[in-house]
Amino acid sequence: MLAVNFLLLGAALFCIGVYGVIARRNAVMVLMSIELILNAVSLNFVAFALMSGAIDGQVFALYVIAVAAAEVGVGLAMVLMIYRNRKSIALDELSEMKG
Amino acid sequence: MNALILATDNVNVAQNVAFGIIAAVMIFAALSVVTTKNVVHAALWLVMVLAGVAAQYVLAAAEFVAVSQVLVYIGAVMVLFLFGIMLTRAQIGKETGLNNKQWALGIPVALVLFGLLAWVIVDAFGDDVLPDRGPAPTVMLSDQFLSIYLLPFIAISFVLLAAAIGAIVLARKD
Repeated sequence: MLAVNFLLLGAALFCIGVYGVIARRNAVMVLMSIELILNAVSLNFVAFALMSGAIDGQVFALYVIAVAAAEVGVGLAMVLMIYRNRKSIALDELSEMKG
Repeated sequence: MNALILATDNVNVAQNVAFGIIAAVMIFAALSVVTTKNVVHAALWLVMVLAGVAAQYVLAAAEFVAVSQVLVYIGAVMVLFLFGIMLTRAQIGKETGLNNKQWALGIPVALVLFGLLAWVIVDAFGDDVLPDRGPAPTVMLSDQFLSIYLLPFIAISFVLLAAAIGAIVLARKD
């Protein structure tokens, strides 16, 4: 099995996630796209762990999973707070800090 | 691409066929996540992508990571997402205004980024073959976690604690 398979799949998932972050307006959808990006990265970590024979890549993939869980928890709490204050989670309406 | 890979020598055909099928399903599901008009459907497509990633981990001989992926992502994170959708949406179903006004800008950005990444990857790792080794024993993983990665391991537990407390503080009503 070629390493390029996994790496290209990771690149494709990453770019789809980037498109989602740019195109989506709903904050929950943006968080989902960020999950796509994080999964693409840990797929690369695992592929490189298999390629090099060292297990460190899998350790990093597990750290990515843990950080992603924390990120989703805090991110959704923030989205809930924004929704409670503004009755909307459209990201382009959050422009109070615009100079 | 896959036909070309299958034609090369000393390649595990079953592994490649499984990889191709799962990869196609994952790409389709990921595209559906970012294009569907229904937020709940996007969450369900995301489950497909995450399950596909877990299956790819199994193919890449990383079984413990695959099990963690299923437990944490499909078990916990997706429930959080569905709760988030439920608590921030009045009606379930199709809705308009999920995309930005400048959403079309994302297509060239993603395509150019993919072209660049694919070019670099093929240039750097074009003919590297993944060795056909069995799954690494989970004991190796725990040895790493409890020896040289012990400090990050403790740090990540504090990150999770802080995230849990922070989420409660942010989301409580007062």
